[in-house]
Amino acid sequence: MKAAVVVFPGSNCDRDLAVAFEQAGFDVSMVWHKDSVLPEGVDIVGVPGGFSYGDYLRCGAIAAQSPICQAVVEHANRGGYAMGVCNGFQILTETGVLPGALLRNAGLKYICRTVDLQVATEDSVFTQGYAKGDVIGIPIAHHDGNYFADADTIAALKDQDRIAFTYADNPNGSVDDIAGILSENRRVLGMMPHPERAADEGHGGTDGTAVFRALAGILATA
Amino acid sequence: MKARVHVMLKNGVLDPQGEAVRHALGALGFDKVEGVRQGKVIDLDLAADATEADVTEMCEKLLANTVIESYSIEMK
Repeated sequence: MKAAVVVFPGSNCDRDLAVAFEQAGFDVSMVWHKDSVLPEGVDIVGVPGGFSYGDYLRCGAIAAQSPICQAVVEHANRGGYAMGVCNGFQILTETGVLPGALLRNAGLKYICRTVDLQVATEDSVFTQGYAKGDVIGIPIAHHDGNYFADADTIAALKDQDRIAFTYADNPNGSVDDIAGILSENRRVLGMMPHPERAADEGHGGTDGTAVFRALAGILATA
Repeated sequence: MKARVHVMLKNGVLDPQGEAVRHALGALGFDKVEGVRQGKVIDLDLAADATEADVTEMCEKLLANTVIESYSIEMK
């Protein structure tokens, strides 16, 4: 099983994400933003958190135009697996791989703390290690995590059971408490909270581990 | 040739920064302010043969996120 983690100038969760993949049993390669192809045979691409390109223009906007992101979009369009965390989620919405956008937090403040998430669906490779309705503690660390999409998009996400996680106590103003969503083929996950920061005893919590274990379980037999 | 692009959050998209500015103006005693929307102005220096269509394409591809933002272009 091979995972690739993209590294942009300003990424700061790339190593954490790589370690979480490694601990679940993946061979991980780091991919630089100027690369235009993903390593051969990659099963899943991780787009990490951080402040790619200094968040200039809009969070994720410049990263979405980078050579490697074109390869990530092609990978996703071919039915490949990908997950974007925090800035990675912002980048995936900017590329159009996932719908909607992340606005400034409604309270205007940068928020860095562990929050309770509810697992909204177990029907995906990312969430099947949980039961629907499970409450898990996962850290958030963002200034622009206020998920927004128009009413039609939100209705489609609900109808297609594509909301992966919701906030138990909405910290940022996201529409319908949305913390993470899935692509239409359910193979791309975007979420603002950081499961890779709750994946080791030393983190103070391991509620995020199930995301990576479930992925490894599925991709090992694929 | 120059162009000025205005990028604003669409109507109906909450603008918490604009709201904060409105509250701050109120706190300073400016009681005639009924709403504030905050946006961006982007000035472009362009080659002589650049057209508004070129700038429109730039807005669609990068300068604005049309999921949440609208834009307008002034060619100068």
